[in-house]
Formats: sequence, C-alpha cells, structure tokens
Amino acid sequence: MGELKQSSTQIIEPGGSGGAQFATTRLEAVLAWAQKYSLFMYPFVTACCGMEFMAVSSPRYDFSRFGSEAPRFSPRQSDLLWVVGTITQRQAPILKRIYEQMAEPKWVLAFGTCASCGGFYDNYACVAGVDKVIPCDVYVPGCPPRPEAVLDGLMLLQDKIQSGNRTPSIVKPRQDPAVEQNLGLVQLRKSRTSVA
Amino acid sequence: MSKALIDLIKKNFASAVLETHALYGDETAVVEASAWKEVARFLRDNATASMDMLTDLTVVDFPEREPRFEIVAHFHSLTKGHRLRVKTRTGDSEGDDAEVDSLTDLWASANWLEREAFDMFGVVFRGHPDLRRILMYPEFEGHPLRKDYPADKIQPLIAYRDVPNIEKVAPFSVDEGMSFGRQTHSRSRHDTDDSQVN
Repeated sequence: MGELKQSSTQIIEPGGSGGAQFATTRLEAVLAWAQKYSLFMYPFVTACCGMEFMAVSSPRYDFSRFGSEAPRFSPRQSDLLWVVGTITQRQAPILKRIYEQMAEPKWVLAFGTCASCGGFYDNYACVAGVDKVIPCDVYVPGCPPRPEAVLDGLMLLQDKIQSGNRTPSIVKPRQDPAVEQNLGLVQLRKSRTSVA
Repeated sequence: MSKALIDLIKKNFASAVLETHALYGDETAVVEASAWKEVARFLRDNATASMDMLTDLTVVDFPEREPRFEIVAHFHSLTKGHRLRVKTRTGDSEGDDAEVDSLTDLWASANWLEREAFDMFGVVFRGHPDLRRILMYPEFEGHPLRKDYPADKIQPLIAYRDVPNIEKVAPFSVDEGMSFGRQTHSRSRHDTDDSQVN
C-alpha cells in the first residue's frame, strides 16, 4: 500500500494503449465507494409518507438501482435510517434508541416535511424535526416528497458518503417554478380579455 | 323520529333536561350532569329509543362559560336507525371539579372515548375502570385541548440534542419552515448578526 498518500484515483496503463490497466486509489475512497453502494436501510415508517416510500422502493422508481434495496428490520444490521413520517414526542425515545443501536458508520435520511422540520404539526404532540433528537444527514422536503426528490436525496447522500462530508444538507428542487417559467404550468391570473 | 326521542326524554326526565334543539334532523338534548348516566341508561334500555351503540363521546371547552366543559355523546340505534346527541355541562371556570359518571358499564366503547376525553380535557369520569391517559405519555402535564393550554407549549419526553440553536439546526435558517407562532422574526429579521438570535 505504497500509494496511500495519493489524493485521487488514477488509471495507469503500462506499456501504452491496449496493455493491462490498473488503478491506484486511497483506501478510504475504496471503503466509501463500497459503503455508498451497499446501504442497508432501516425504514422507520410512522405516517402517510410510508406510501410514498413504498412507491420509491417498488419497481417503478426502484431505488435498488442505487444499491440500497436491502431493508434490515434490525437496527444492528443497518447503517441508513430512513425516518419516514411524523415523529411524536412519545415516539422520540424509541427513535433515539433505534439510532443508538445502529452500526457505525451510520447515516440518517429525513423523508418528508414532518421528519425534516415538523411541518404543520406544530403542536403539543409532535417533534419539530428528527434533528431535535438524532443528527440528520439529508433532508428531503415535500408532503410527501416526489419519488424523484427521494432519489435525489439518496444520490446526495451517496455523494456525501463518497466525499466523507457529514454536514447536513437539503434536497433542492431541480427546477424552481418561480424562476423557470417554461415548465408548462397552469397560468394563474390570466385575464378574461386575453382568453376571449 | 328523533323529535319523538326528545319528547320521550322530556317526559321522563322533566327536571333534568336543560334545553333541547333540533335542526335539519340533528336533535340534541342537554341534561343535568347528575342525570347523565340515568338518561343514558334510559336511552339504551327503553324500547322506543333502544340506543345500542355509543358512536362518539367527546368534550368541548368553553372557557368563558360556567360550567366550562360540555360533554357530548352521540347515540345511535342500529335496530331503529335513528340518532340522538346528548350533552351535559360540568366543571368550574378553572377546569376543576369536572366530573361526570362513566358510561363504561352501559357501552364498552365508552372506555377509550372517556380515557381520551380525560387525557385531552381533564374531565374525570366517575366509576371508570381504568382512567389513564390514552394518547399522551404519563409524564405529560396538563390537558392539551383545553383552551388555556398554550398553543406553543411542548413537553419533550427526552432531552433534545445538545447542539447550539436546536430549534433550527443547519442547513435550515432560523425561520425556515417555521409556523408564524414559532418564528423569531421580531429579533432575527432586523438583526444582521445571526449569533444574537436565540
């Protein structure tokens, strides 16, 4: 392992083109590459977002394409916690205990608005976001989020695993409807005279 | 049909009926709290009424009234197909002494409904076999659906994480996604220095 100081992956071709190729890289990069494509998920599904979670995991959207298809219903065998749905104050200790039992290294994905910040459940019963109780890596907003947004969140998490970046981040919409006017959206406030 | 039921209650409990009204087939009788259980038993056992199902039992809080709480029961007769709403009033303006008799030995469905009413409003049901909180945790103080329970008061069951600005941790900004009640814009919107917030 004489190449451990090297900072990036590079492909070396001894003897010019057509010869045998080999790659040198860092050990951490290989580990991160392996980790990001073998996420063992623990779905902590508490509310209506669960339906959308099932849509993402079913063949139409199929997040097993990203190497995270294996659910483990024991936190001790999983390293990605999907918090899907509203977390009540009563459920917060359970969630925290699940998180503490998970194997290191572990990541948390907040699925939907309720898990991200509480959403409109701003009341006596609910926790305003799972980050009050456990650290969170990726937030996927939406009520519920579109499957594409969830896939974006998963890929964002994979990028963060690859780069070793543990700062939390939010999935942003690919196109901002307020800026992008060519999305074929229904035009509101169209005046009656222009229709006639 | 249900108007006949109201007449039936009026005839049998003349002194206990406080008021009645009927609107669009929606009949209601308000009775004294002391006669609450007897009226319910009468409605269940009387051959004309034969209310064999307690659909719902809930409480309404009127903080400006005395008695403060209105306990509402919805009865339904599966055999006759008619419904009736019966209310009673209890509790002083502080919410103390809110007590009525439990209906659990008349309808088993009253068990959880009364536990919920107790949990949310603090109305005590005398004779209930197991009057514990049903939705909130035992450590919870107060009764959250009372009108004088502060709208933004939370009672976390476990301590929140020990990080600065736990109300809004990065990448969220201070007011992002917060309802108006929780927004701190009176401080944050005019402060340029974010470290002053919270």
